[in-house]
Amino acid sequence: MARSTAPLPPRRTLKDYLAYRGGEGMVAWAFHRISGVAVWAFVLLHVLDIYFVGGNPQAYNELLKIYASPAGRMMETLLGAALFYHALNGMRIVVMDFWPALTAYHRTLWRIVWVLFFAIGIPGAYIILKPIWEVVR
Amino acid sequence: MDVELRIQRFDPETDQAPHWQSFTVPVEPMDRVLDVLTRAKEQFDGSITFRRSCAHGVCGSDALMINGRNRLACKLRVEQLGRTITVAPLPGLPVVKDLVVDMEGFFGKYRSVMPFLVAAEPEGSGERLQSAEQREVYDDTTKCILCAACTTSCPSFWAEPEYVGPAAIVNAHRFIFDSRDEAAHERLEILADEDGVWRCRTTFNCVEACPRGINITKAILEVSAAVGAR
Repeated sequence: MARSTAPLPPRRTLKDYLAYRGGEGMVAWAFHRISGVAVWAFVLLHVLDIYFVGGNPQAYNELLKIYASPAGRMMETLLGAALFYHALNGMRIVVMDFWPALTAYHRTLWRIVWVLFFAIGIPGAYIILKPIWEVVR
Repeated sequence: MDVELRIQRFDPETDQAPHWQSFTVPVEPMDRVLDVLTRAKEQFDGSITFRRSCAHGVCGSDALMINGRNRLACKLRVEQLGRTITVAPLPGLPVVKDLVVDMEGFFGKYRSVMPFLVAAEPEGSGERLQSAEQREVYDDTTKCILCAACTTSCPSFWAEPEYVGPAAIVNAHRFIFDSRDEAAHERLEILADEDGVWRCRTTFNCVEACPRGINITKAILEVSAAVGAR
């Protein structure tokens, strides 16, 4: 006996999203979203630590010690990476918004994003992580 | 040579969920995916269901997700794909059977942007003249064949099925920037909706999926700018 002839609604699982092999534009968008969520999560943490300045100065000092620890510096480096990528790719999108003809060069613009990301990001990461080596030595 | 053809199957009368079925199909390198599907249907399983019409990249009937990307089965050669060909229906649309999707919602969105010339009284028996420069402004968006490869490749559409989608915006662009048309403002109002142009996230999946090579993201951003300036 026939079950049903109604069309099967599309599934919307993460697996379905990952099944599509998008190009650079889709990867750029995915990184933009992931970095955006990461920055948002840090903003929540930042609201908490700033609250501690007045609300609980001792807890604030303890939290700053965590930020200054090797694990904390790693986190700050990743935060910086997320923030920097989000900003650079955001500029890429803004540039295409203002000059739609540049969409023909969206891959080139994305490569420029990565060149700037590493050219400025690596020295930045070095400055943040340098104290870890000094402690180890 | 042989290829492994993996097809996503779904029969609404017997299946609860789609499943995959593989066939080993003899092919020539210059065969197109549509040829391979037709051969599998003729030689192995007559119940394999897919759409086709012109088979020459004009009608847009056989857009499918092939090896993870939306493309026309009639324009893609076996030699471009390797020894395994994976074919699934266009993502984000309800599946009617096997590779056939329900296109009604897609065409409803197309119709919603008034995809026809709106002009006052006919100008006698003469032509509505237009310069080459005026025609050039919307030349790219006249090429759409409504295959739905773009709209169904868009993550914004997957997440929000109410999004009007790239194909409808492309066809709105075709008339909004036509110097002979007089309904640009109405179309821009329609596309200013929260499910209109603003849902584009510039992922460029639409541009890569378009079998006609339309720079869809450029068209969407031009319409966005016109919506903003209206």
